[in-house]
Amino acid sequence: MRKYYNRIDKIAGNVATLKAGNVGYEELAEVEGRGGRSFAQVIRVNGEDVSLQIFSGTRGVSTGDKVSFLGSAMRFSFSDNLFGRVFTGGGAPRDGRTALSDNLVMVGGPAVNPAVRLMPHRMIPTNIPMIDVFNTLVEGQKLPIFSIPGEPYNELLARIALQAEADVIILGGMGLKYDEYLYFKNRLEEGGAMSRSILFIHTASDPVVECLQTPDIALTVAEKFAEQGKRVLCLLTDMTSFANALKEIAITMEQIPSNRGFPGDLYSQLASRYEKAVVFEDAGSVTIMAVTTMPGDDVTHPVPDNTGYITEGQFYVKGGVIEPFGSLSRLKQLVNGKTRDDHRAIMDGCIQLYAKCREAREKRAMGFEMSGWDHKLLKYGDLFESKIMDLSLNIPLFDALSMCWSILADCFEPRETGIRTNLAEKYWPKKA
Amino acid sequence: MSLTGKILTIYGNMVTAEVDGAIRQNAVAYCRRSDGVRLMSEIIRIRGNRADMQVFELTRGLKAGDEVEITDELLSLELGPGLLGQIYDGLQNPLPLLARKVGRFLEPGHYLPALDRAKKWAFTPVAKPGDRVRAATNLGRVPEGIFDHFVMAPFDLAGEWTVQSVKPAGDYPVDAEVAVLEQGGQTRSVTMIQRWQVRIPLGFYETRLLPTTPLVTKQRIIDTFFPIMLGGTYCIPGPFGAGKTVLQQITSRHAEVDIVIVAACGERAGEVVETLREFPHLTDPRTGKTLMERTIIICNTSSMPVAARESSVYTAVTMGEYYRQLGLNVLLLADSTSRWAQALREMSGRLEEIPGEEAFPAYLESSIARFYERGGVVKLPDGRVASLTIGGAVSPAGGNFEEPVTQGTLKVVGAFLGLSYARSYARRFPAIDPLDSWSKYTGLIDGKKVAGAHAFLKKGKSIYEMMQVVGEEGTAMEDFVVYLKSELLDTVYLQQNSFDDIDAACPPPRQKKLFEMVTEVLAHPFSFTDKEQARDLFFTLTERFRNWNYTAWDTPALKDAEAKIRECLTAGAAQTKEASHA
Repeated sequence: MRKYYNRIDKIAGNVATLKAGNVGYEELAEVEGRGGRSFAQVIRVNGEDVSLQIFSGTRGVSTGDKVSFLGSAMRFSFSDNLFGRVFTGGGAPRDGRTALSDNLVMVGGPAVNPAVRLMPHRMIPTNIPMIDVFNTLVEGQKLPIFSIPGEPYNELLARIALQAEADVIILGGMGLKYDEYLYFKNRLEEGGAMSRSILFIHTASDPVVECLQTPDIALTVAEKFAEQGKRVLCLLTDMTSFANALKEIAITMEQIPSNRGFPGDLYSQLASRYEKAVVFEDAGSVTIMAVTTMPGDDVTHPVPDNTGYITEGQFYVKGGVIEPFGSLSRLKQLVNGKTRDDHRAIMDGCIQLYAKCREAREKRAMGFEMSGWDHKLLKYGDLFESKIMDLSLNIPLFDALSMCWSILADCFEPRETGIRTNLAEKYWPKKA
Repeated sequence: MSLTGKILTIYGNMVTAEVDGAIRQNAVAYCRRSDGVRLMSEIIRIRGNRADMQVFELTRGLKAGDEVEITDELLSLELGPGLLGQIYDGLQNPLPLLARKVGRFLEPGHYLPALDRAKKWAFTPVAKPGDRVRAATNLGRVPEGIFDHFVMAPFDLAGEWTVQSVKPAGDYPVDAEVAVLEQGGQTRSVTMIQRWQVRIPLGFYETRLLPTTPLVTKQRIIDTFFPIMLGGTYCIPGPFGAGKTVLQQITSRHAEVDIVIVAACGERAGEVVETLREFPHLTDPRTGKTLMERTIIICNTSSMPVAARESSVYTAVTMGEYYRQLGLNVLLLADSTSRWAQALREMSGRLEEIPGEEAFPAYLESSIARFYERGGVVKLPDGRVASLTIGGAVSPAGGNFEEPVTQGTLKVVGAFLGLSYARSYARRFPAIDPLDSWSKYTGLIDGKKVAGAHAFLKKGKSIYEMMQVVGEEGTAMEDFVVYLKSELLDTVYLQQNSFDDIDAACPPPRQKKLFEMVTEVLAHPFSFTDKEQARDLFFTLTERFRNWNYTAWDTPALKDAEAKIRECLTAGAAQTKEASHA
């Protein structure tokens, strides 16, 4: 028997407080009134007073609205019927088709026991040399793309979705512009990937609380597919919108802010989402790629900063390319020892030389005399940028490695590259 | 003796309950969900008949009015043979066993005994009936791996007791009675299991000693330039991506100590997985056994409940103190203490305490100090010397070392290994900044010689900076050579290739030899005609040193590699001149 309450005592921000008994923490409730129906979640119990976070916002909610509690935390339907579907951030259909209600699973459950995790060990080829050679993506990895508005991070995400091998693609969009949502949808349809994709889209005009739900629902579905043995690629964009939604709720709840208004548990909140990335010992995997836009291009801003500590590396997308400095896939060591014996040496050697090229460019910009060595470096830098760093390239790993060797041979003597002698002997292109 | 109370408020992982009766601060309590699941909690504040508790599990589903059982016991650990090789969560639940019993996910409310009750240990008595004993006196021993694990008189024993009986040598499980003690007509049964409260330092020793023996990590930059000592403390602050965790992992592999305790506190699960999947397959060169047999992992990763993260560093340090009490040298690696501090901050916020800097609680510094002070070298009652070394990773927000956790840590540690973005981006690993870092300890190599080499690094850096302004052509030849020398020292000595089997771990004799050779180059009076020629010779030298680093110790190939380096120095200048003109 559902019990109805029709007296809300307090409404502030997206939170409504009322008196109710026998209510569980994080239980789901339904609020119904003239403004329509919305779900809500219990976020604080204080004796009889229960605080609800209303998913569609409190605009138009009346103190006389009807509230009922559903007896459990949020659940979502999980089955193969999800494929090809588009939902809102809160889990309602966005594609005009029917809502699903079979096989409900709990959203945002407990963490995976580390003892059943496997070390990520399989490379995900993307055919983008800046990723495959220098910052290899690994199955089960969690990796953010740090960028600023205006950069082609969503395009990169879409390309990775289409080119990378995955059984299931899940897109969680948070605070997306409507055109960005359409862009993703069109790209997946054109690429023929829609039938293995599921989209959860919160657009910038949707209620803010739904933004908080988006990653939880997306990752719960991802985790369930992984438990069935599937290899899931979960794309989240943009996690900064998610963090801002967290901040909004925390301030409404009068929490003491720790850094630029963000709550003290920002790290734990972000981590509990990113940590859903996993390779199960006896099942599939979840790989997470997430966009984090950096307000003011500032990597020390709490959102990218906390993210960087959580994730296994990061890609900086800047000036339309993946920045070679700072971008890092921490798990690449686990796979790039098994690809080809020159992979690691090329990876380190090329970047070290490119760093020196940048120094040489600075020198040139300041008008200093250029030595013979500097000229070599400058030539190398130009070749490297056009033949390797360009994000629109689509070449397999081994071809990309050979390309690196030929660029090196065009510019340097083997011993100038700092690459181990035996490798240089083996791979250095012989002059015709 | 337990009380019951009723839940009043629930907010995040903090629950307030109303209780009638005497409540102990930091006592363990269990919140009983209406479906019967019991969630472990700890009392952290008492106001009148209200107890504020941090719950070590997800609080989802708790209701106002639900029952709370309040025990009289403080949060404590089970200590005894069988801890080595284990993987525990912050509350000492064995995780692999939990996975077998409960499944893939850490469902709330499951608590398992930390020590395997089925396993039998070969006990040999040491004490005889009639012996007078005190807390922590050895009564017998069992072999645990390659170590003698002493069975001690209970730690909570007051005064002197008499041994009434001891079991003869034989195989017993941990919970079997192995001795009976007597005092004034009272008797007490002793098993191999000890219990100890995590928040109270464990140490039954005569005196604390000054750390005097270097702890060899086989990382040249640490052992030579910024050494650590057995029983000392050090911290590794660094921005993300600078390689803190990699450095901790390398240390856990190569450090010359008896036991390594890895406390993964609020960090990525993936890193723990690397350790727990790889260590069983790696051999410890000192013992020939697998590395796992000397390792304990305490793992409370970032997605596990935050209150248990707060207690996990205490769990780890208590185990460290326990093995020190057994007479061993223990290294505790805590990664990262910032996450622990954040857990303190989260609870402090929920308790609505007045916040200090960056919303951290005012007691942050004293908490950090108390943690590091639990390390140290001690002289045990039987004369043996044992140590607990603590190394903590710090993850400062924004990579800014001015923040409260880094500053609070720097005050209490003996060595500071600061990692830098710049070095990591330039792929100079380990990315310890040689100019910012410091150590108060003495290492393998004579301090004066090290200071001389260090001066080169400083000078090289300032010449490099000057060169950015005046250009290479505006730099004197003499200065340019100093710069090249400092680069050589950096590249072939400070940097180490952790993927090369030989270069990954550089034992002391090898470090001494290499240091000698590099200092010889630093002192060598080169004469060059132009800068290209100088650069060219140093390219060759660097490459030859590198090959030396990749060549196995005590082989003819190493002699060849050394000869090639010397060639550069003696025939050097003239020969390279020809080469560069060719």
